[in-house]
Amino acid sequence: MSNVDTLLGLPAAALAVHDQRNTLLANNLANADTPGFKARDIDFRSVLSAAKEGSSESLTATRDRHVSRALSSVFPNSVVNELQYRVPMQNSLDGNTVESDIEQAAYAENSVRYQAALRFVDGRAKSLLSAIRGE
Amino acid sequence: MMSTIFDIAGSGMAAQSLRLNLVASNLANADSTSGPDGDAYRAQNPVFSTVLQGAQSAAGSGVRVTDVVEDPSPLPMRYDPNHPHANEQGYVEMSNVNTMAEMANMMSASRSYQSNIEIMNTTKQLMLRTLQMGR
Repeated sequence: MSNVDTLLGLPAAALAVHDQRNTLLANNLANADTPGFKARDIDFRSVLSAAKEGSSESLTATRDRHVSRALSSVFPNSVVNELQYRVPMQNSLDGNTVESDIEQAAYAENSVRYQAALRFVDGRAKSLLSAIRGE
Repeated sequence: MMSTIFDIAGSGMAAQSLRLNLVASNLANADSTSGPDGDAYRAQNPVFSTVLQGAQSAAGSGVRVTDVVEDPSPLPMRYDPNHPHANEQGYVEMSNVNTMAEMANMMSASRSYQSNIEIMNTTKQLMLRTLQMGR
């Protein structure tokens, strides 16, 4: 039997990435006045492709009872590798590259995407529940 | 994890409110002259530094005020021979608080505080929606 992670599929993994990106952006905003702080972000597309590569590198299942590695377990590790520094539009004297407006816009966009992924996961969870109940 | 966003935004709010506190102290003492113990009031400024969680986690974990430093710029002297704190030449040592700079500092601090609050509110909504998943 596959575990719940694979049943909930890609949206659940995307949810984890959006969560991590929100944490990153919150950290950027909290350090908006820290001298020398460099704003960081991830590229969702590259994280997704890295996760796909990671899943192909996983162990090959030769027996049908072998447990496949859940995609969501690949995602959080790859976020660390995909961290990138943001290039500021205007440089500041203290070396800080956080631009509050851009970070806030990115945070709002990421929150909406989080809710979209949540809607998908919710739908899958509901259809799973109705399958379990046999309604 | 989404709950770390609360810590991050909370640390940002704490740091910014300390900055606001120092601004209030500086503005209140903008006209303080040297007391009986010698030096006049020097403007105080916070030193922000980012908190790193370690190489394993993707995001940092907020901001911290590591130090409060005094403005080393020279104290201005004002000629006021009738002042009780005047020296033999009739000069009074004034505080080196720059009122305009403090006002700008205050606006920047309150803006940053607000953006941290926004992050907290949005995260709270996302968490509540996540809790309702599958209902």
